[in-house]
Amino acid sequence: MSIADQIAGPAASDAAGTSAPAITLPAAGERELRLDLFRGLALWLIFIDHLPANILTWFTIRNYGFSDATEIFIFISGYTAAFVYGRAMLESGFVIATARIMRRVWQIYVAHVFLFTIFLAEISYVATNFNNPLYSEEMGIMDFLKQPDVTIIQALLLRFRPVNMDVLPLYIVLMLFLPIILWLMKWRPDVSLGLSVALYAATWQFDLYLSAYPNGTWFFNPFAWQLLFTFGAWCALGGAVRMSAILSSPITMWICFAYLLAAFFVTLTWHLPQLNFLMPKHLEQWMYPISKTDLDVLRFAHFLALAAITVRFLRKDWPGLKSPWLRPLILCGQHSLEIFCLGVFLAFAGHFVLAEISGGAGMHFLISVVGILIMSGMAWVISWYKNSADKNAKKKGAVGNADMAGGG
Amino acid sequence: MKSNPVMILGLTLIAGLLAAAPVRAEDAPANCEVPAYLLTSESKLPKVETAIAGDRRLEILVVGSRSSSIPSSEASAYPGRLQAVLKEALPKVAVNVSVELQVKKTAEEVAGGLVKLAELKKPTLVIWQTGTYDAIRSIDPDDFRAGVEEGVAALQKAGTDVILMNLQYSPRTETMISAPPYLDNMRVVAQQHDIPLFDRFAMMRHWSDAGDFDLSTTSHGPDLAKRVHDCLGRALSKFVIDAAHVNPAQQN
Repeated sequence: MSIADQIAGPAASDAAGTSAPAITLPAAGERELRLDLFRGLALWLIFIDHLPANILTWFTIRNYGFSDATEIFIFISGYTAAFVYGRAMLESGFVIATARIMRRVWQIYVAHVFLFTIFLAEISYVATNFNNPLYSEEMGIMDFLKQPDVTIIQALLLRFRPVNMDVLPLYIVLMLFLPIILWLMKWRPDVSLGLSVALYAATWQFDLYLSAYPNGTWFFNPFAWQLLFTFGAWCALGGAVRMSAILSSPITMWICFAYLLAAFFVTLTWHLPQLNFLMPKHLEQWMYPISKTDLDVLRFAHFLALAAITVRFLRKDWPGLKSPWLRPLILCGQHSLEIFCLGVFLAFAGHFVLAEISGGAGMHFLISVVGILIMSGMAWVISWYKNSADKNAKKKGAVGNADMAGGG
Repeated sequence: MKSNPVMILGLTLIAGLLAAAPVRAEDAPANCEVPAYLLTSESKLPKVETAIAGDRRLEILVVGSRSSSIPSSEASAYPGRLQAVLKEALPKVAVNVSVELQVKKTAEEVAGGLVKLAELKKPTLVIWQTGTYDAIRSIDPDDFRAGVEEGVAALQKAGTDVILMNLQYSPRTETMISAPPYLDNMRVVAQQHDIPLFDRFAMMRHWSDAGDFDLSTTSHGPDLAKRVHDCLGRALSKFVIDAAHVNPAQQN
């Protein structure tokens, strides 16, 4: 079995024979558990990164290289969304696929507004209960409460986004443009990817951005981050197969390893400032700042290297994917929208608990672990609903395969 | 006298207690040790070095926002503490620390007026504390960096040494104010202009983690603020002395 088959499944090979459109889809049925696994992992890491730093923070990948869990999440979301809605577009046409994508966009939007409500509750609580003179300046953040009319409307317009609530608005915008991406992909996948790269380059060249409220720009610039999403879609629609020669080459592997190692050393100097003298000044001046907002090329390359290594060494048929130990991760990945929102909420709650009872490192650790257990438990309950409670409905054919999208 | 292990142990303990005693007696300063790497910088303060060694006059100007002050007890805020500790460490130098509060202004807005302030006060060293208001208003980090850069370049051109001071660590507002982009960009500017960065954020986080201060307490009194500012003032004086390559012992 070649690496290409590992990635995209066996159905790809019959594409050339038929006069089918330019894109190819893997056979339906068997889920690609690796996608669920890594999306679940990304969700756990995003949750841990949103909490104050603690022991578990040291296990998140952002400490070992340039890219972090957001890259994984957006890439896999692009991949699964193209997989699910690309099939819909081939089978039922542009209008039906677009309609289904818009329903998904609406769900994500409602989830975002729900999270904003929780944020408002938290900020209001802090405003009334916390008045430490040490932080009189920081309390300026409460000024938003002085004009709730403006703040709430700006939040509904996705222009006011509190900390840690940046991913869903990005996701909404990317999904809004998914019909166009898929439609282009159906025509010429490689040209579509080329257009995406061009837009990314133009973003850097002409400084494209979406403005935010009260000022500034979107933390995740959709003009730049669409590259990862489109790249995910391109991989899902046969790109991964066409890349297989590159992916299986040992040269690629060594370049990836070398790059990951170099990135690791650079990140090491962030955590051990004593090592900073080893960094050449010229390299620092060229490299920093590594923009997360505009998905710096260094970050994108780091993600590609990680992905290439992962695909190479973690086989699709690895029996471990079916092991009960990885089940919680995979379940979380399969219900990513719900679990993502839950994670953001739990991070709020975790901050709150830590501030209230000011426990030490042990408390930090406990909160992280409990949060992950709650996320896994919730994922299990949701899949129970889908597999058991909703079974009758399914028999009548009323339930679509939105869960296959898993937030995609 | 024959050396008796018990007696040696006893003497050592007494000596230890005696050595520790003066520290305890000294107005019970908060226990707030700072990791050594936060107190040193690769970048130097040449003007400060000359001022201490040659002119014996050190004029420091702190330009900051509200977090450079404590409401209704200004002398206890870190600039005042810095002056007191520096005077103690450098008895033969005339040290004067003045403060210019630029409340509710972004780095870009402050940067424009910095040279005027420098001309007015003629400081040897400007300590520019910034970033908090920009973070609250979520100013575009690129614009923030440009503002800080502009200000630092102007001050350097005007012939003063510069230290940048970053945001406070504030666990209660961590979910509302995103500090990292502003911390990162201040680090970048400090690197590019080869000036020391006083990492207030990392220090306060260290104290919070070490249990020295409970920074998320809801108590409304000025007590915590005073103790934190005292520690910041001490750390800052060590930082200045280190970056200026001055050995306080030689000054006495």
